[in-house]
Amino acid sequence: MTSTIFWSFGILAMLSALLCITRKNPVASALWLVVTLFSIAALFVLLDAQFLAVLQVLVYAGAIMVLFLFVIMLLNLGRPGPSDIKGPLGLGVAVLLGAALLLLLQPLSRTTLPSAITLPPGSVPALQQQQGIVGSVANPLFGAYLIPFEITSVLLLAAIVGAVVLAKRKL
Amino acid sequence: MLLGPALSISAVLFTLGVLGVLLRRNAIVIFMCVELMLNAVNLTFVALAQSLGMGGQVFVFFVMAVAAAEAAVGLAIILAVYRHKQSVSLQNMNLLKDG
Repeated sequence: MTSTIFWSFGILAMLSALLCITRKNPVASALWLVVTLFSIAALFVLLDAQFLAVLQVLVYAGAIMVLFLFVIMLLNLGRPGPSDIKGPLGLGVAVLLGAALLLLLQPLSRTTLPSAITLPPGSVPALQQQQGIVGSVANPLFGAYLIPFEITSVLLLAAIVGAVVLAKRKL
Repeated sequence: MLLGPALSISAVLFTLGVLGVLLRRNAIVIFMCVELMLNAVNLTFVALAQSLGMGGQVFVFFVMAVAAAEAAVGLAIILAVYRHKQSVSLQNMNLLKDG
């Protein structure tokens, strides 16, 4: 049952990603990408990462995609025009390279993890029962990963300053 | 266990992202394809976190923060380029090309 739901959301994600890269209109591409992001959020729930699923919807589908659509609107790119998809030569090269990459990546899904390093099955739900769904992410985040977390704030500050400097005509 | 299906969906999504970057000329669409690739990697992290511990989920959090910063700066760069060239097509970004 879980496996069926998982595969249906996975196929939805893959189909909408395919539509995202083949639509001529950037607005349509962006909206299909939103569908992909929502399906990935559903996959996160099925993989015991409920908090990250909420973050995915809030940050990706909510904030980042709105930023994309806002820029498309600002540059007036939604109007019909010539296609930006490359011609037959570009398509052939891209499909060839894509097929090679898929051939290399796909065997990873058949790997088995050595039992010496894996947790016993059901230990993540048990941890979430014990510490709470948010708590089980927050404890390592504010413990072992505290310094990377603090450095992230510097990164975000640099991004804010950079975006303002680049987007403003005259300071 | 959903590890195998998750890794295989993630491989397909990553490949579709790479295909998009190779196929398109619109800078904004290429940017969206980069986000798609980041999401495919996030899916891998979450799938492996199920059997290797919560570190994977924490890492997805960091990837999301980096993706947000990248989107903000990247879109500002696209805006700045559009102001110079009146276009976001990568064909017109050839200042470094000879002749």
